[in-house]
Amino acid sequence: MLEMDGIDKRFPGVQALSNARFSLRSGEVHALVGENGAGKSTLMKILTGIHQKDKGRICYNNHEIEIPNPKSAQKYGISMVHQELNLMPDLTVAQNIFIGREPCFALGMWLNEPEINTKAKQLFKELNLDLDPRMLVSDLTIAKQQMVEIAKALSFDAKILIMDEPTAALTETETETLFRIVENLRDIGVGIVYISHRMEELKRISNRITVLRDGYYIGTLDTPDTTIDQIIGMMVGRNVYWSARPDLEIVKKEKVLSIKNLNRYKTLKDINFDLHKGEILGFSGLMGAGRTELARAIFGADPIDSGEIHVNGKRAKINKPADAVRQGICYLSEDRKRFGLMLDMDVKNNMVIPSLKEFSSALGFVNESKTNNISQSMVEALSIKTPGINQEVKLLSGGNQQKVVIAKWLIRNCEIIIFDEPTRGIDVGAKGEIYKLLQKLAEEGKSIIFISSELPEILRISHRIIVMCEGRITAQIKNESITQETIMRYATNFS
Amino acid sequence: MNQEITSSAKNSNSKMNLLFKHEALQQLLAFASLIILILFFSTASEFFLQFTNILGILLATAVIGVLALGVTFVIITGGIDLSVGTMMTLSSVMTGVFIVFLDLPIALGVLGGILTGAVCGFLNGCTITKMKLPPFVSTLAMMMIARGLSLVITGAIPIHFAAVPGFSDISMGVISQNLHIPNIVFIFFGIAIVAGVVLNKTILGRYAFAMGSNEEATRLSGVNTDFWKISIYIVSGIFAGVAGVLMASRLNSAQPALGAGYELEAIAAVVIGGTSLKGGKGNILGTVIGALIMSVLTNGLRILAVPHEWQTVVIGIVLIFAVYADMVRRSKR
Repeated sequence: MLEMDGIDKRFPGVQALSNARFSLRSGEVHALVGENGAGKSTLMKILTGIHQKDKGRICYNNHEIEIPNPKSAQKYGISMVHQELNLMPDLTVAQNIFIGREPCFALGMWLNEPEINTKAKQLFKELNLDLDPRMLVSDLTIAKQQMVEIAKALSFDAKILIMDEPTAALTETETETLFRIVENLRDIGVGIVYISHRMEELKRISNRITVLRDGYYIGTLDTPDTTIDQIIGMMVGRNVYWSARPDLEIVKKEKVLSIKNLNRYKTLKDINFDLHKGEILGFSGLMGAGRTELARAIFGADPIDSGEIHVNGKRAKINKPADAVRQGICYLSEDRKRFGLMLDMDVKNNMVIPSLKEFSSALGFVNESKTNNISQSMVEALSIKTPGINQEVKLLSGGNQQKVVIAKWLIRNCEIIIFDEPTRGIDVGAKGEIYKLLQKLAEEGKSIIFISSELPEILRISHRIIVMCEGRITAQIKNESITQETIMRYATNFS
Repeated sequence: MNQEITSSAKNSNSKMNLLFKHEALQQLLAFASLIILILFFSTASEFFLQFTNILGILLATAVIGVLALGVTFVIITGGIDLSVGTMMTLSSVMTGVFIVFLDLPIALGVLGGILTGAVCGFLNGCTITKMKLPPFVSTLAMMMIARGLSLVITGAIPIHFAAVPGFSDISMGVISQNLHIPNIVFIFFGIAIVAGVVLNKTILGRYAFAMGSNEEATRLSGVNTDFWKISIYIVSGIFAGVAGVLMASRLNSAQPALGAGYELEAIAAVVIGGTSLKGGKGNILGTVIGALIMSVLTNGLRILAVPHEWQTVVIGIVLIFAVYADMVRRSKR
């Protein structure tokens, strides 16, 4: 029914897809797998008209078609249920489904409310869904909300349904219900693209599996004939990383940070680990595994339900980021534009904000010559490309912005630094500089938690690796002879 | 490279930059508008540039100007303070209570009035940070509470300071007998300079800009944003308290029914002066110019015998264009 061939897509700084391929038959469930950044979402966004392909063709029922915008994807019967649900919680189920297409009287002045509910009931009957059209979406469980999304997607007469990590928030029974719905859809001829990292589920529900890696098409397999090991091998690739592993000897035995029994309802479960002085502790796992949530919990940015944080052997009370910073912990968030920088302010001020008290007199007057000097020396030390320390930060490139964030925490002199995806959106050259910087910091005795979704860089600089999956720690291993496949295994494991 | 740094550091420490921040162009525009208005009115009427008239303009600007200076801090953090008008009234009432009813010395009474403003500001800050109410709602509530309290405490009757010699000298006394410029004018400009210094040179000011630019990033940088937000609302309250004392001294009485509506004029002055309601950008000089623009407009229109009712219409229209011009300028960058 559907053939995508030779698809190329480039974003500034990164080739998201190269000669990618995907096909879909009607009445099949076709799983699409790959690591973070493999190109799955980009490919699907091209299919749903959100992005435009640079090269390649899309054939629908043997006719070549163009999908310039989401509305035209809708016309072809292509629909997507996203991971983050796009519903209005304060409206009812029926109102959500027919938003924008409400049946009206008097040329659109008067809403035909009973008709909306009737049409919704009809839809649910066809799809065999157990929903009450008059319930408020906010009163539904996540599983039911997802059903609403599916119903909405299918109400556009969808022939192709793309589901992005549909079972991420569901319990086992709810997953069963979802599978039943998926099988019903398959039986009535809908083609389903199923994006997920849960290997066991893929084996159960899919007919075929396609693997993408680094924007390339790796292969398509028939599910009954495939093993999970095969799939993981294709996801990760045979390029074994021969580059020198970090010297494990420099890590001291002293524990600077101990996390005991940390729990946060639904996001973090039973987290226990230690961080040693001079250590780079890599955190691996897929998106949504809970690594950022863990970092924010340790940093006091989000509350926790239970658990203890010990700094240098003493219990620490961390309720807000200011407490964590006082304990010597700092956090570089993965979204530096939203959480790491004041974009309207200049380089100098962004760097000195956490440490202003040290650069001020007792009365609160900021010593500008001190702030100028320290920020200028940071610009030189980290080779930040900027016309000057008074340049507005939003005008710098991504890599240089990230260096400003790093400088900010270096000035504050934190002993424990949590880096969350520090090399995201940064070119290769700047990445290398950041790796060197992290290693230098560790040699100087700082302790680093390094969160990354790129397996090669985790293997390159971590002394130890912790893998998380769905809020739990599934592995804690020394970086001696561990492979990318092993990490991926632990990252896709679920209980 | 190092010489460049030290020389630019020297420049930024010079007095001129007390009131200037990065956006020189923005201030130039507001200043140019003020000059144009003055030129227009002075050509339209011979009475405009007379000494007594100019003095009248400055007198009219002073109280609203002090309010506007305080609220500038709040708006830079991205918040708003609708209670500055009635906080001023409550402060003037409390000054009356301390000095006239309780017979305290003038200095203590003045301090009590200013403290009243500080306490109200503190309460504003608490409801906004701890109860997480939107600043609009929180300060709106305080505005009503302060107004009510002013009427309750005074029984709706003004408190007169006639029996207190020297009180009216605070605002209306003169330093030089030859010049006849009341103290209040100098006090206003002095406060403006203090405000400029605090905004540009202290941690409080720096954090105000940081929170206005990106509050979450500031919080994640380890800054205790709750504490500093409360501090800034206290600043607004203190300025309202000072305005209350100045107002009471100028009228030689505490008028409990006054004040409501002053906050909107203060906010208009801040916005006309170039401070963005979104937060993260703003400056003291702009606020001073904005307050002057409004007084010049009101005064000029009155001299030209434009009916009183039309004056507010004109100011409203000016406000729209001032903010629009600011938005256009901002998006061009």
